[in-house]
Amino acid sequence: MKQLESQYEKILSDYMFDQSEKNLYIAQNFTRQLIQKNISPEDVVNIHKNAVGKIFPDRVGEDQPAYDFLIEVMVHYGMAHREHQSLLQIQAEYEMEMKIATNIQKTLLKTVVPQLSSIDIGMISIPFRKMNGDYVHFLHDREDYLSVAVTDVVGKGVPAALCMSMVKYGLETLEYAYKDPSYVLEVINRVIEKGVDDSMFVSMFYGCLDIQNSIFSYASAGHEPALHYSAKQGKFFSLEAKGLLLGVLSESKYSYNEIFLEDKDIVVMMTDGVTEFRSREDLNSREIITSLIVENKHVSAQQLCNILYKQIEKILDFKLSDDFTVVIIKN
Amino acid sequence: MDMMIHFKEMDNKLYGFVEGEIDTFTASRLREELEAVKITEGLEIELNLSKVNYMDSTGLGIFVAFYKRALRENGKVKLVGLSNRLQRLFEITGLSDLMDIETDKKVELRK
Repeated sequence: MKQLESQYEKILSDYMFDQSEKNLYIAQNFTRQLIQKNISPEDVVNIHKNAVGKIFPDRVGEDQPAYDFLIEVMVHYGMAHREHQSLLQIQAEYEMEMKIATNIQKTLLKTVVPQLSSIDIGMISIPFRKMNGDYVHFLHDREDYLSVAVTDVVGKGVPAALCMSMVKYGLETLEYAYKDPSYVLEVINRVIEKGVDDSMFVSMFYGCLDIQNSIFSYASAGHEPALHYSAKQGKFFSLEAKGLLLGVLSESKYSYNEIFLEDKDIVVMMTDGVTEFRSREDLNSREIITSLIVENKHVSAQQLCNILYKQIEKILDFKLSDDFTVVIIKN
Repeated sequence: MDMMIHFKEMDNKLYGFVEGEIDTFTASRLREELEAVKITEGLEIELNLSKVNYMDSTGLGIFVAFYKRALRENGKVKLVGLSNRLQRLFEITGLSDLMDIETDKKVELRK
Protein backbone atom coordinates (compact mmCIF):
# COMPACT_ATOMS: atom_id res chain seq x y z
CA MET A 1 0.00 0.00 0.00
CA LYS A 2 2.84 2.37 0.94
CA GLN A 3 4.38 1.77 -2.44
CA LEU A 4 1.13 2.49 -4.25
CA GLU A 5 0.72 5.68 -2.25
CA SER A 6 4.09 7.03 -3.22
CA GLN A 7 3.57 6.04 -6.85
CA TYR A 8 0.24 7.84 -6.89
CA GLU A 9 1.76 10.91 -5.27
CA LYS A 10 4.41 11.02 -7.99
CA ILE A 11 1.87 10.64 -10.80
CA LEU A 12 -0.43 13.28 -9.33
CA SER A 13 2.33 15.79 -8.76
CA ASP A 14 3.63 15.25 -12.31
CA TYR A 15 0.17 15.97 -13.62
CA MET A 16 -0.27 19.06 -11.48
CA PHE A 17 2.99 20.34 -12.93
CA ASP A 18 2.26 19.37 -16.53
CA GLN A 19 -1.33 18.57 -17.52
CA SER A 20 -0.39 16.54 -20.60
CA GLU A 21 -1.99 13.54 -22.30
CA LYS A 22 1.10 11.55 -21.48
CA ASN A 23 0.68 12.05 -17.75
CA LEU A 24 -2.98 11.14 -17.97
CA TYR A 25 -2.03 7.97 -19.79
CA ILE A 26 0.32 7.03 -16.96
CA ALA A 27 -2.56 7.53 -14.53
CA GLN A 28 -4.76 5.21 -16.58
CA ASN A 29 -2.18 2.48 -16.47
CA PHE A 30 -1.89 2.96 -12.74
CA THR A 31 -5.66 2.43 -12.41
CA ARG A 32 -5.28 -0.99 -13.98
CA GLN A 33 -2.74 -1.84 -11.34
CA LEU A 34 -5.16 -0.72 -8.60
CA ILE A 35 -7.95 -2.92 -10.00
CA GLN A 36 -5.65 -5.86 -10.30
CA LYS A 37 -4.64 -5.51 -6.66
CA ASN A 38 -8.28 -5.27 -5.61
CA ILE A 39 -7.94 -1.78 -4.13
CA SER A 40 -11.42 -0.60 -3.16
CA PRO A 41 -12.83 2.76 -4.31
CA GLU A 42 -12.75 4.23 -0.76
CA ASP A 43 -9.06 3.33 -0.48
CA VAL A 44 -8.38 5.12 -3.75
CA VAL A 45 -9.99 8.27 -2.38
CA ASN A 46 -7.89 7.88 0.76
CA ILE A 47 -4.70 7.58 -1.31
CA HIS A 48 -5.68 10.71 -3.19
CA LYS A 49 -6.40 12.57 0.04
CA ASN A 50 -2.96 11.72 1.47
CA ALA A 51 -1.18 12.60 -1.76
CA VAL A 52 -2.90 16.01 -1.94
CA GLY A 53 -1.89 16.59 1.70
CA LYS A 54 1.76 15.93 0.86
CA ILE A 55 1.88 17.90 -2.39
CA PHE A 56 0.03 20.94 -1.03
CA PRO A 57 0.81 20.98 2.75
CA ASP A 58 -0.53 24.55 3.00
CA ARG A 59 -4.01 23.58 1.96
CA VAL A 60 -4.43 20.80 4.49
CA GLY A 61 -7.33 21.54 6.74
CA GLU A 62 -9.90 23.06 4.50
CA ASP A 63 -10.39 20.06 2.12
CA GLN A 64 -9.93 17.23 4.62
CA PRO A 65 -13.50 16.93 5.94
CA ALA A 66 -14.76 16.90 2.34
CA TYR A 67 -12.46 13.96 1.53
CA ASP A 68 -13.54 12.07 4.66
CA PHE A 69 -17.11 12.60 3.54
CA LEU A 70 -16.32 11.23 0.08
CA ILE A 71 -14.62 8.18 1.61
CA GLU A 72 -17.79 7.36 3.54
CA VAL A 73 -19.83 7.71 0.36
CA MET A 74 -17.48 5.43 -1.53
CA VAL A 75 -17.64 2.63 1.05
CA HIS A 76 -20.86 1.38 -0.50
CA TYR A 77 -19.33 1.33 -3.94
CA GLY A 78 -16.53 -0.69 -2.41
CA MET A 79 -19.01 -3.24 -1.08
CA ALA A 80 -20.73 -3.59 -4.45
CA HIS A 81 -17.34 -4.01 -6.05
CA ARG A 82 -16.31 -6.80 -3.69
CA GLU A 83 -19.64 -8.55 -4.21
CA HIS A 84 -19.07 -8.43 -7.94
CA GLN A 85 -15.63 -9.94 -7.49
CA SER A 86 -16.92 -12.83 -5.44
CA LEU A 87 -19.74 -13.48 -7.93
CA LEU A 88 -17.21 -13.73 -10.72
CA GLN A 89 -15.35 -16.31 -8.72
CA ILE A 90 -18.50 -18.31 -8.00
CA GLN A 91 -19.39 -18.21 -11.68
CA ALA A 92 -15.99 -19.59 -12.60
CA GLU A 93 -16.52 -22.41 -10.10
CA TYR A 94 -19.95 -23.23 -11.58
CA GLU A 95 -18.55 -23.30 -15.08
CA MET A 96 -15.90 -25.71 -13.93
CA GLU A 97 -18.51 -27.97 -12.34
CA MET A 98 -20.68 -27.89 -15.46
CA LYS A 99 -17.70 -28.93 -17.50
CA ILE A 100 -17.05 -31.84 -15.19
CA ALA A 101 -20.75 -32.81 -15.31
CA THR A 102 -20.69 -32.76 -19.12
CA ASN A 103 -17.67 -35.02 -19.14
CA ILE A 104 -19.23 -37.41 -16.65
CA GLN A 105 -22.36 -37.56 -18.78
CA LYS A 106 -20.30 -38.31 -21.85
CA THR A 107 -18.55 -41.16 -20.08
CA LEU A 108 -21.66 -42.55 -18.38
CA LEU A 109 -23.86 -42.39 -21.42
CA LYS A 110 -21.40 -43.60 -23.98
CA THR A 111 -23.02 -46.09 -26.32
CA VAL A 112 -21.06 -49.15 -27.32
CA VAL A 113 -22.22 -50.55 -30.65
CA PRO A 114 -21.96 -54.36 -30.54
CA GLN A 115 -19.98 -56.02 -33.31
CA LEU A 116 -21.87 -59.11 -34.42
CA SER A 117 -20.92 -61.38 -37.28
CA SER A 118 -24.44 -62.07 -38.53
CA ILE A 119 -25.95 -58.58 -38.23
CA ASP A 120 -24.68 -55.27 -39.52
CA ILE A 121 -25.33 -52.45 -37.03
CA GLY A 122 -24.71 -48.73 -37.49
CA MET A 123 -25.35 -45.72 -35.31
CA ILE A 124 -24.87 -41.96 -35.33
CA SER A 125 -25.86 -39.50 -32.57
CA ILE A 126 -24.98 -35.83 -32.90
CA PRO A 127 -25.98 -33.42 -30.12
CA PHE A 128 -27.47 -30.06 -31.13
CA ARG A 129 -25.80 -28.37 -28.17
CA LYS A 130 -23.32 -29.48 -25.50
CA MET A 131 -25.42 -32.12 -23.79
CA ASN A 132 -27.10 -34.79 -25.88
CA GLY A 133 -30.81 -35.33 -25.17
CA ASP A 134 -30.81 -38.52 -27.23
CA TYR A 135 -29.46 -41.82 -26.00
CA VAL A 136 -29.06 -45.26 -27.53
CA HIS A 137 -28.61 -48.41 -25.50
CA PHE A 138 -27.75 -51.84 -26.91
CA LEU A 139 -28.09 -55.16 -25.13
CA HIS A 140 -27.14 -58.45 -26.70
CA ASP A 141 -26.79 -62.08 -25.88
CA ARG A 142 -24.02 -63.47 -28.04
CA GLU A 143 -25.33 -63.99 -31.57
CA ASP A 144 -28.83 -64.90 -30.44
CA TYR A 145 -30.54 -61.68 -29.43
CA LEU A 146 -29.86 -58.03 -30.04
CA SER A 147 -32.01 -55.34 -28.49
CA VAL A 148 -31.80 -51.62 -28.92
CA ALA A 149 -33.45 -48.71 -27.14
CA VAL A 150 -33.55 -45.35 -28.93
CA THR A 151 -34.57 -42.57 -26.54
CA ASP A 152 -35.18 -38.87 -26.59
CA VAL A 153 -35.61 -36.83 -23.41
CA VAL A 154 -37.98 -33.90 -23.49
CA GLY A 155 -36.22 -31.01 -21.87
CA LYS A 156 -32.61 -30.02 -22.05
CA GLY A 157 -29.47 -29.59 -20.01
CA VAL A 158 -28.73 -31.01 -16.58
CA PRO A 159 -32.25 -32.29 -15.69
CA ALA A 160 -32.40 -34.15 -19.00
CA ALA A 161 -28.98 -35.68 -18.41
CA LEU A 162 -29.98 -36.88 -14.94
CA CYS A 163 -33.15 -38.38 -16.34
CA MET A 164 -31.15 -40.16 -19.02
CA SER A 165 -28.93 -41.79 -16.41
CA MET A 166 -32.09 -43.19 -14.79
CA VAL A 167 -33.13 -44.67 -18.13
CA LYS A 168 -29.72 -46.22 -18.63
CA TYR A 169 -29.58 -47.88 -15.21
CA GLY A 170 -33.20 -48.98 -15.58
CA LEU A 171 -32.28 -50.73 -18.81
CA GLU A 172 -29.19 -52.31 -17.32
CA THR A 173 -31.06 -53.89 -14.44
CA LEU A 174 -33.42 -55.69 -16.82
CA GLU A 175 -31.08 -58.66 -17.25
CA TYR A 176 -33.01 -61.49 -18.89
CA ALA A 177 -36.24 -59.57 -19.32
CA TYR A 178 -34.87 -57.47 -22.14
CA LYS A 179 -36.42 -59.63 -24.87
CA ASP A 180 -39.96 -58.39 -24.31
CA PRO A 181 -40.27 -54.80 -25.62
CA SER A 182 -43.64 -54.01 -24.08
CA TYR A 183 -42.52 -55.25 -20.66
CA VAL A 184 -39.31 -53.21 -20.87
CA LEU A 185 -41.26 -50.03 -21.57
CA GLU A 186 -43.65 -50.70 -18.68
CA VAL A 187 -40.74 -51.09 -16.27
CA ILE A 188 -38.83 -48.02 -17.45
CA ASN A 189 -42.05 -46.01 -17.39
CA ARG A 190 -42.54 -46.78 -13.71
CA VAL A 191 -38.93 -45.85 -12.94
CA ILE A 192 -39.26 -42.47 -14.64
CA GLU A 193 -42.77 -41.68 -13.45
CA LYS A 194 -41.68 -41.97 -9.82
CA GLY A 195 -38.62 -39.85 -9.99
CA VAL A 196 -39.25 -37.04 -12.38
CA ASP A 197 -41.22 -33.81 -12.38
CA ASP A 198 -44.40 -33.24 -14.38
CA SER A 199 -42.90 -31.81 -17.53
CA MET A 200 -40.07 -34.32 -17.93
CA PHE A 201 -40.66 -37.21 -20.30
CA VAL A 202 -38.82 -39.69 -22.37
CA SER A 203 -39.86 -41.15 -25.68
CA MET A 204 -38.44 -44.57 -26.46
CA PHE A 205 -38.50 -47.02 -29.30
CA TYR A 206 -37.46 -50.45 -28.13
CA GLY A 207 -36.73 -53.26 -30.56
CA CYS A 208 -35.42 -56.76 -30.04
CA LEU A 209 -34.09 -58.93 -32.83
CA ASP A 210 -34.20 -62.70 -32.45
CA ILE A 211 -31.22 -63.24 -34.70
CA GLN A 212 -31.60 -66.99 -35.25
CA ASN A 213 -35.27 -66.71 -36.24
CA SER A 214 -35.07 -63.25 -37.86
CA ILE A 215 -37.98 -61.93 -35.84
CA PHE A 216 -37.90 -58.28 -34.90
CA SER A 217 -40.25 -57.40 -32.05
CA TYR A 218 -40.83 -53.84 -30.95
CA ALA A 219 -42.83 -51.42 -28.86
CA SER A 220 -42.93 -47.64 -28.71
CA ALA A 221 -43.49 -45.11 -25.98
CA GLY A 222 -44.51 -41.97 -27.83
CA HIS A 223 -41.55 -42.28 -30.15
CA GLU A 224 -41.10 -41.57 -33.83
CA PRO A 225 -42.06 -44.79 -35.71
CA ALA A 226 -39.16 -46.82 -37.07
CA LEU A 227 -38.93 -47.79 -40.74
CA HIS A 228 -38.72 -51.28 -42.15
CA TYR A 229 -37.37 -51.66 -45.66
CA SER A 230 -38.43 -54.91 -47.27
CA ALA A 231 -35.79 -55.78 -49.85
CA LYS A 232 -37.99 -58.36 -51.55
CA GLN A 233 -40.90 -55.96 -52.04
CA GLY A 234 -38.72 -52.90 -52.48
CA LYS A 235 -41.05 -51.05 -50.11
CA PHE A 236 -40.98 -49.28 -46.76
CA PHE A 237 -43.28 -50.02 -43.86
CA SER A 238 -43.73 -47.68 -40.94
CA LEU A 239 -43.42 -49.56 -37.65
CA GLU A 240 -46.20 -47.74 -35.85
CA ALA A 241 -46.93 -48.84 -32.31
CA LYS A 242 -49.26 -47.25 -29.84
CA GLY A 243 -47.95 -46.14 -26.48
CA LEU A 244 -47.75 -43.09 -24.26
CA LEU A 245 -44.52 -41.22 -23.52
CA LEU A 246 -42.60 -42.60 -20.53
CA GLY A 247 -43.14 -40.72 -17.29
CA VAL A 248 -46.68 -39.39 -17.84
CA LEU A 249 -48.85 -42.03 -16.15
CA SER A 250 -47.65 -44.72 -13.77
CA GLU A 251 -49.57 -47.65 -15.26
CA SER A 252 -49.17 -47.26 -19.00
CA LYS A 253 -49.43 -50.29 -21.27
CA TYR A 254 -47.47 -50.74 -24.46
CA SER A 255 -48.50 -52.84 -27.42
CA TYR A 256 -46.26 -55.69 -28.55
CA ASN A 257 -45.60 -56.00 -32.27
CA GLU A 258 -43.41 -58.20 -34.40
CA ILE A 259 -42.29 -58.55 -37.98
CA PHE A 260 -40.28 -61.12 -39.87
CA LEU A 261 -37.05 -59.85 -41.39
CA GLU A 262 -35.93 -61.32 -44.67
CA ASP A 263 -32.52 -61.30 -46.24
CA LYS A 264 -31.17 -57.76 -46.87
CA ASP A 265 -34.05 -56.10 -45.00
CA ILE A 266 -33.22 -52.86 -43.19
CA VAL A 267 -34.65 -51.43 -39.97
CA VAL A 268 -34.12 -47.71 -39.33
CA MET A 269 -34.79 -46.23 -35.89
CA MET A 270 -34.46 -42.52 -35.31
CA THR A 271 -35.37 -39.56 -33.12
CA ASP A 272 -37.53 -36.62 -34.13
CA GLY A 273 -34.40 -34.56 -34.76
CA VAL A 274 -34.07 -36.60 -37.96
CA THR A 275 -37.63 -36.31 -39.24
CA GLU A 276 -38.38 -32.76 -38.13
CA PHE A 277 -37.31 -30.35 -40.87
CA ARG A 278 -38.02 -27.14 -39.01
CA SER A 279 -36.36 -24.80 -41.46
CA ARG A 280 -37.84 -26.58 -44.48
CA GLU A 281 -41.42 -27.39 -43.62
CA ASP A 282 -42.27 -27.55 -47.31
CA LEU A 283 -40.32 -30.81 -47.65
CA ASN A 284 -41.60 -34.27 -46.80
CA SER A 285 -38.88 -35.56 -44.51
CA ARG A 286 -39.98 -39.20 -44.60
CA GLU A 287 -39.88 -39.28 -48.41
CA ILE A 288 -36.37 -37.85 -48.38
CA ILE A 289 -35.16 -40.32 -45.74
CA THR A 290 -36.62 -43.35 -47.54
CA SER A 291 -35.21 -42.37 -50.91
CA LEU A 292 -31.76 -41.80 -49.37
CA ILE A 293 -31.92 -45.29 -47.88
CA VAL A 294 -32.94 -46.90 -51.17
CA GLU A 295 -30.20 -45.10 -53.08
CA ASN A 296 -27.57 -46.24 -50.59
CA LYS A 297 -28.89 -49.61 -49.49
CA HIS A 298 -25.73 -51.45 -50.53
CA VAL A 299 -23.31 -49.66 -48.20
CA SER A 300 -22.70 -50.78 -44.59
CA ALA A 301 -25.13 -49.80 -41.84
CA GLN A 302 -22.64 -47.36 -40.37
CA GLN A 303 -21.93 -45.72 -43.72
CA LEU A 304 -25.66 -45.43 -44.32
CA CYS A 305 -26.06 -43.60 -40.97
CA ASN A 306 -23.29 -41.20 -41.92
CA ILE A 307 -24.79 -40.56 -45.35
CA LEU A 308 -28.20 -39.81 -43.82
CA TYR A 309 -26.64 -37.28 -41.46
CA LYS A 310 -24.52 -35.58 -44.11
CA GLN A 311 -27.34 -35.37 -46.66
CA ILE A 312 -30.01 -34.15 -44.26
CA GLU A 313 -27.62 -31.58 -42.82
CA LYS A 314 -27.05 -30.35 -46.36
CA ILE A 315 -30.77 -30.23 -47.21
CA LEU A 316 -31.39 -28.18 -44.06
CA ASP A 317 -28.60 -25.82 -44.99
CA PHE A 318 -26.52 -26.99 -41.99
CA LYS A 319 -29.15 -25.67 -39.61
CA LEU A 320 -30.22 -28.71 -37.61
CA SER A 321 -32.36 -27.64 -34.66
CA ASP A 322 -32.37 -30.77 -32.50
CA ASP A 323 -30.23 -33.74 -31.46
CA PHE A 324 -29.88 -36.15 -34.39
CA THR A 325 -29.82 -39.91 -33.83
CA VAL A 326 -30.16 -42.82 -36.24
CA VAL A 327 -29.68 -46.54 -35.61
CA ILE A 328 -29.69 -48.92 -38.56
CA ILE A 329 -29.82 -52.70 -38.52
CA LYS A 330 -29.21 -54.64 -41.72
CA ASN A 331 -30.19 -58.26 -41.83
CA MET B 1 -39.30 -16.38 -32.97
CA ASP B 2 -41.87 -15.35 -30.43
CA MET B 3 -44.78 -16.68 -28.45
CA MET B 4 -47.79 -14.99 -26.93
CA ILE B 5 -50.60 -16.16 -24.73
CA HIS B 6 -53.59 -14.27 -23.47
CA PHE B 7 -56.56 -15.35 -21.42
CA LYS B 8 -60.23 -14.46 -21.42
CA GLU B 9 -62.78 -15.57 -18.88
CA MET B 10 -66.35 -16.11 -20.06
CA ASP B 11 -69.31 -17.96 -18.51
CA ASN B 12 -67.09 -19.61 -15.88
CA LYS B 13 -64.79 -20.90 -18.58
CA LEU B 14 -61.23 -19.83 -19.12
CA TYR B 15 -60.12 -19.41 -22.72
CA GLY B 16 -56.43 -19.21 -23.55
CA PHE B 17 -55.11 -18.21 -26.96
CA VAL B 18 -51.57 -19.22 -27.79
CA GLU B 19 -49.79 -17.69 -30.73
CA GLY B 20 -46.38 -18.12 -32.34
CA GLU B 21 -43.63 -20.68 -31.93
CA ILE B 22 -43.18 -22.87 -28.89
CA ASP B 23 -39.61 -24.11 -28.62
CA THR B 24 -36.78 -24.27 -26.09
CA PHE B 25 -36.45 -20.50 -26.13
CA THR B 26 -40.08 -19.51 -25.62
CA ALA B 27 -41.11 -22.54 -23.55
CA SER B 28 -40.12 -21.22 -20.14
CA ARG B 29 -42.38 -18.18 -20.55
CA LEU B 30 -45.31 -20.35 -21.57
CA ARG B 31 -44.65 -22.54 -18.56
CA GLU B 32 -44.70 -19.53 -16.22
CA GLU B 33 -47.92 -18.20 -17.75
CA LEU B 34 -49.65 -21.55 -17.38
CA GLU B 35 -48.33 -22.09 -13.87
CA ALA B 36 -49.83 -18.76 -12.90
CA VAL B 37 -53.32 -19.93 -13.89
CA LYS B 38 -55.38 -20.57 -10.81
CA ILE B 39 -57.37 -23.74 -11.19
CA THR B 40 -60.51 -23.90 -9.09
CA GLU B 41 -62.67 -26.97 -8.65
CA GLY B 42 -64.54 -27.77 -11.85
CA LEU B 43 -62.99 -24.95 -13.88
CA GLU B 44 -63.00 -25.63 -17.61
CA ILE B 45 -60.00 -24.37 -19.52
CA GLU B 46 -59.83 -24.30 -23.28
CA LEU B 47 -56.49 -23.58 -24.90
CA ASN B 48 -56.65 -22.57 -28.53
CA LEU B 49 -53.53 -23.51 -30.49
CA SER B 50 -54.72 -22.62 -33.98
CA LYS B 51 -52.15 -19.83 -34.24
CA VAL B 52 -49.24 -21.95 -33.08
CA ASN B 53 -47.07 -22.46 -36.15
CA TYR B 54 -44.35 -24.50 -34.51
CA MET B 55 -44.05 -26.63 -31.41
CA ASP B 56 -41.33 -29.02 -30.33
CA SER B 57 -41.31 -31.64 -27.61
CA THR B 58 -40.47 -29.09 -24.91
CA GLY B 59 -43.79 -27.40 -25.64
CA LEU B 60 -45.50 -30.76 -25.46
CA GLY B 61 -44.03 -31.28 -22.00
CA ILE B 62 -45.47 -28.00 -20.79
CA PHE B 63 -49.00 -28.85 -21.90
CA VAL B 64 -48.76 -32.26 -20.27
CA ALA B 65 -47.54 -30.73 -17.01
CA PHE B 66 -50.45 -28.29 -17.12
CA TYR B 67 -52.88 -31.11 -17.91
CA LYS B 68 -51.58 -33.16 -14.97
CA ARG B 69 -51.91 -30.26 -12.57
CA ALA B 70 -55.47 -29.57 -13.74
CA LEU B 71 -56.30 -33.23 -13.19
CA ARG B 72 -54.96 -33.08 -9.63
CA GLU B 73 -56.81 -29.86 -8.86
CA ASN B 74 -60.08 -31.09 -10.41
CA GLY B 75 -60.11 -28.76 -13.37
CA LYS B 76 -60.59 -29.65 -17.01
CA VAL B 77 -58.24 -28.84 -19.85
CA LYS B 78 -59.05 -29.06 -23.51
CA LEU B 79 -56.77 -28.24 -26.41
CA VAL B 80 -58.45 -26.99 -29.56
CA GLY B 81 -57.51 -25.81 -33.04
CA LEU B 82 -54.57 -28.14 -33.58
CA SER B 83 -53.03 -28.12 -37.05
CA ASN B 84 -52.35 -31.44 -38.77
CA ARG B 85 -48.74 -31.33 -37.70
CA LEU B 86 -49.59 -30.71 -34.07
CA GLN B 87 -52.27 -33.37 -34.21
CA ARG B 88 -49.66 -35.83 -35.51
CA LEU B 89 -47.29 -34.85 -32.70
CA PHE B 90 -49.94 -35.61 -30.09
CA GLU B 91 -50.77 -38.89 -31.83
CA ILE B 92 -47.19 -40.17 -32.05
CA THR B 93 -46.59 -39.41 -28.40
CA GLY B 94 -49.76 -41.23 -27.37
CA LEU B 95 -51.04 -38.04 -25.73
CA SER B 96 -54.11 -37.75 -27.95
CA ASP B 97 -55.60 -40.79 -26.17
CA LEU B 98 -55.02 -39.20 -22.81
CA MET B 99 -55.86 -35.55 -23.29
CA ASP B 100 -58.95 -33.86 -24.62
CA ILE B 101 -57.97 -32.64 -28.06
CA GLU B 102 -59.83 -31.14 -30.98
CA THR B 103 -58.37 -30.56 -34.40
CA ASP B 104 -58.71 -27.50 -36.55
CA LYS B 105 -61.56 -28.93 -38.60
CA LYS B 106 -63.79 -29.79 -35.67
CA VAL B 107 -63.51 -26.28 -34.30
CA GLU B 108 -64.67 -24.90 -37.61
CA LEU B 109 -67.60 -27.29 -37.80
CA ARG B 110 -68.77 -26.30 -34.37
CA LYS B 111 -69.07 -22.63 -35.28
